[in-house]
Amino acid sequence: MIARSLKAAVAVLGASLLAASAYAQDTIKIGVSQPLTGAFAASGNYVTQGARIAEEEINKAGGVLGKKIQLIVEDNKSNPTEAVATAEKLIVRDSVPVMMGAWSSTLTLAVMPKLEEYKVPMLVETSSSGKITTSGNPYIFRISPTSEMEARAFTPLVKSLGIKKADFLATNNDFGLGASKEFSAMAKGQGVEVGATETMDPKATDFSAQLAKIKASGGDTLFVTTAVEQIVLLLKQAKDQQVTARIITTGGSNSPDQLIQQAGDAANGSYHLVFFTPWFPEAVKNPDIAVKFVGLWNAKGHNVGGLTEGFRGWDGLHTIVAAIAAAGKAEPEAIRAAMWNVKVKGINGDIAFIKQGPAGRESAQNVPSVYLVKIDGGKVVRQ
Amino acid sequence: MDPLLQHLLNALILGGTYALLGIGLTLIFGIMRVVNFAHGELYAFGAYMMYLWVMVLGANFYLALPLAVAMGVALGALVELVLLRRLQGADIDTTMLVMIGAWIALQNMEQLVWSGVAKSINTPFPSAPLVLGAVSVSWNRLFVFVVALALIAATYALINRTKIGKAMRATFQDRETAALMGVEIGRIHTFTFALGSGLAAAAGALLGPVFVVYPTMGDLASLKAFAIVILGGLGSIPGATVGGFILAFMEELGAGYISSGYRDAMGFLLIIAILLLKPTGLFAQKERIG
Repeated sequence: MIARSLKAAVAVLGASLLAASAYAQDTIKIGVSQPLTGAFAASGNYVTQGARIAEEEINKAGGVLGKKIQLIVEDNKSNPTEAVATAEKLIVRDSVPVMMGAWSSTLTLAVMPKLEEYKVPMLVETSSSGKITTSGNPYIFRISPTSEMEARAFTPLVKSLGIKKADFLATNNDFGLGASKEFSAMAKGQGVEVGATETMDPKATDFSAQLAKIKASGGDTLFVTTAVEQIVLLLKQAKDQQVTARIITTGGSNSPDQLIQQAGDAANGSYHLVFFTPWFPEAVKNPDIAVKFVGLWNAKGHNVGGLTEGFRGWDGLHTIVAAIAAAGKAEPEAIRAAMWNVKVKGINGDIAFIKQGPAGRESAQNVPSVYLVKIDGGKVVRQ
Repeated sequence: MDPLLQHLLNALILGGTYALLGIGLTLIFGIMRVVNFAHGELYAFGAYMMYLWVMVLGANFYLALPLAVAMGVALGALVELVLLRRLQGADIDTTMLVMIGAWIALQNMEQLVWSGVAKSINTPFPSAPLVLGAVSVSWNRLFVFVVALALIAATYALINRTKIGKAMRATFQDRETAALMGVEIGRIHTFTFALGSGLAAAAGALLGPVFVVYPTMGDLASLKAFAIVILGGLGSIPGATVGGFILAFMEELGAGYISSGYRDAMGFLLIIAILLLKPTGLFAQKERIG
């Protein structure tokens, strides 16, 4: 009896395995490593939702090279060790020819040696640390702006906002420290006095000590670089401690709608650098695409606060698929070579890659659009 | 303007909740000899129950608070009855492993039920802070501080003034002798674990609305609670109270005057110093060994 049911179980299991591999042959797999849980969970989920929308759209239009695409999404748990494990799993077990990830700079930097080891290209959709494209990893294709590009885009605003003295508060990782460095260099170049430069642990929830110090420094502007979870808490706590400096967040992971939902009126008066403005999609470079994406996002019932993250997943996946189509085959080296020549009309703007990093081992970097918005009276307004 | 006053006020407010977290953990260790790795999960559970009552079911904030704590007490009692009751007399390593298992299981359950995205809880407090001259504090934090102090005082009174408190103290000093004198050790253990869990859940329910609620929030809380308990001496309630405040002052002043990058390291530097100079902690109580 037991032997018979065991045999039956093995047969069923075997059949399902066969079915799975038969199914797999009809699709082109694309690996995605995102923080679906942990400190950056909100953003990672939004990026994945954006990528899923693109997947559905591409498959509805017939897929690529006559095959459907299949996203394999792994949770890197906002943890660099886990991020490496997800890359290893996606490349070795699922044999994906190309990846997208890994959201935060620290997570992306952790994954990068694996890309070189297995010679698989990765599209970087969010990370801003300069190191990613300057360390000589030829498997990196980044569509998000570097902190240095953001700071450069911000330069003319120093005068128009009348910034005289700036303080800095950043999350203590590659993303935050890199942004603080680039923005304070930019500010100094514009004759702005630099006051306190503070950091906070990426997992911390209480910033009272840092804020007391920043308040005492007395700058007119506070540049903040971290993800939306910490920005919510920071806006609330800055209000509690009566920090009157104008708060400007950098990095584009600030989801202004989520700030309005969760921080309430503490969000009023704050400025945010974003790479997509879903509140006025007609104002971006490719308004038809942006309007369509916002429509698809809302039709799915996703949180509107996630649009400023979700678009990255959409842009990233479309860029990858354009490269697969150009390569003519779903193989890592062919995709890597083809990626250099793609021209994609994205939500952020026209995506194309320039070379960065040491000669002969260049990484690819896109030159994206950057916008500044302000939250006023519970609404996002253009600057 | 010198921010010292603001730093001191921040530390005082923070210390109240640290003490609450530490007391729950030290009670459980002192009386039951259980290293409770699931302590932080009870903290997260309290915060999620607060979210459930206030944001999902639309209950009144002040009514939701005792309800969330009561559910924490119930979960604590359940964990004791289902897991720890069977392990009475088992060595400390075995219970430690079981509690690590409970920690992982509870955290993943929270993730499954509530997803990994952080949630925020609305409060009835005015959003403008209370301003006292050069310093200010939010009404919500002030409320948390007052409730935390009240809970600490109530726990003291329970342990020192009631019959069950006497039985708990007797169990702490010498389990076998207490049992011989007619103390029902099993009941004391269930009560202690439920009480300790309730205090952790209270800390979570109080702080959830101040910060945001997410599945891994308990990890940081556990870490701080262990630091406080080691600082104050294992099993000592006054130690945990004072330890909570010392940790808060170390972090706040360390971040304010030395480096904010090392804020969370300050407390641990202090612990290394304590372990080197007075390994039993600042307030260790005498007890029978062996």
